[in-house]
Amino acid sequence: MQKALKKYFPIFALPTLIAFVIAFVVPFFMGIYLSLCKFRTVTNAEFIGLGNYAKAFANKDFLNALLFTVKFTVVSVITINVLAFLLALLLTKGIKGTNIFRTVFFMPNLIGGIVLGYIWQLIINGILLKVVGQDIYYNPSYGFWGLIILMNWQQIGYMMIIYVAGIQNVPPELIEAAKIDGATTWQTLKSVIVPMVMSSFTICMFLTLTNSFKLFDQNLALTAGLPARKTAMLALDIYNTFYGRTGWEGVGQAKAVVFFVIVAVISLTQLVITRSKEVEN
Amino acid sequence: MAKKKQTANEIEAPQVSKAQGIIIGLFLTILSILFLAPILIVLLNSFKSKLYISSEPFKLPDANTFVGLSNYTDGAVKIGFFQSFGWSLFITVFAVVVIVLFTAMTAWIITRIKSKFTSFLYYFFVFAMIVPFQMVMFTMTFVANRLHLDNPVGIIIIYLGFGSGLSVFMFSGFVKAIPIAMEEAAMIDGCNPLQTFFSIVFPMLKPTAITVAILNAMWVWNDYLLPYLILGTEHKTIPIAIQYLRGGYGSVDMGAMMAMLVLAIVPIIIFYLTCQKYIIKGVVAGAVKG
Repeated sequence: MQKALKKYFPIFALPTLIAFVIAFVVPFFMGIYLSLCKFRTVTNAEFIGLGNYAKAFANKDFLNALLFTVKFTVVSVITINVLAFLLALLLTKGIKGTNIFRTVFFMPNLIGGIVLGYIWQLIINGILLKVVGQDIYYNPSYGFWGLIILMNWQQIGYMMIIYVAGIQNVPPELIEAAKIDGATTWQTLKSVIVPMVMSSFTICMFLTLTNSFKLFDQNLALTAGLPARKTAMLALDIYNTFYGRTGWEGVGQAKAVVFFVIVAVISLTQLVITRSKEVEN
Repeated sequence: MAKKKQTANEIEAPQVSKAQGIIIGLFLTILSILFLAPILIVLLNSFKSKLYISSEPFKLPDANTFVGLSNYTDGAVKIGFFQSFGWSLFITVFAVVVIVLFTAMTAWIITRIKSKFTSFLYYFFVFAMIVPFQMVMFTMTFVANRLHLDNPVGIIIIYLGFGSGLSVFMFSGFVKAIPIAMEEAAMIDGCNPLQTFFSIVFPMLKPTAITVAILNAMWVWNDYLLPYLILGTEHKTIPIAIQYLRGGYGSVDMGAMMAMLVLAIVPIIIFYLTCQKYIIKGVVAGAVKG
């Protein structure tokens, strides 16, 4: 069988492999090389070593974007997971209409980031104009909390569904037994349900972590980094460096490599944690 | 896991008293309305004159502010909404078909052939999954231009290449779990690997194929930056057209914006309500495996 399979390998794998090389492998290695070059277009690149990285880390916009992204990620991961878990608890009580609620809460997840951004820009500006007489571009903290609200609206339903699946996998006997032993609702939650949904928790943590960290479309549509790039997250800052500032393409690529390394570290941490959990089970 | 979940659903009985149930139900109803409100507010504003949208977004349209469907007709002409819808549909459908077909074939062959080369390929695909788009966006655009892939047909090859990581990973996970005996029997009976794949393996991969199709469809349909960089504004997809409404003109025509947002959301909601079961299942399966 191996022999026949090997003969057919090109037919099965070549279309994907060619596309993979064009769209990923070549751009990836070229990207790493170009981060060490000064260039305007790819064809006139000149090797300069680590200069771009030095420039990137001395760049105020970049450091500000990094800080903003980290703050945003921390707040959104906590709020989304807490709210999604609470909703999941309510939706596993066997209440009438559970399916309709689930449908409604999940729906925003399917709407694209650009559209989401403009929907919330209307709402948030409407409220801000009424309450403080300014729009979302006026103060970076308006943009920050606007993004948090938007992200919660989009992601809560998704995470809720993963938590619901986790909670439904808790054997009812276990909860029954805890009740017979005289456990209060809080004790049952803390000592029975939460430990049993740890795997859902890990999944949701990392999904929200990477989704928040890599956010671009929503950021572009809701605030576009305004005022004065103060609400630009890392992905948007990299985009601005590439396409908004001639002569800084190399620095943009260096920022992109740094961004990639951070995302890779987060993803690998998840892999290690998930693997070690699987061993325990 | 799917089976286990179903039984859990069936035996599920109300765990709370009637009064508690009513309170929770009421709370969830209010929350649902809050969840839907942003979309409804956009819908209401899409019928208002653009002059009254930013200043009074929460007021219902009245005799003064109501403009009928003119925002829709103006907006659709301004950004070429129906062409955009066509391009979005074209790119999404073909990209998803191509991705599902070719990555399933690739995943099967690299899982079944045991060699250092195939396992290297597998890990390379997994690695591609964790690389954010910004890392390759500039160089990918360059390569696409050089190879003349900067058009609605060429972009499908780009999507296959950039989307293959997750899809190969998910299909491989499933191929590993299906017994090899059926395939061996087919091959002994004289089927070549292509016949074996399409008559035996691919039908068994169907649940994973649906998941992969849904995840990729959601990604491609909503994607903004990749098509914007590859296609520019010559062939606009829906997200590009919406963003163009702000970028292309000095001050945003809020009326057109509201109407176009509604037109962008409606197809998604229809798709969601018709395939809800598969979408939720697919997204959860994708999350658990990815």
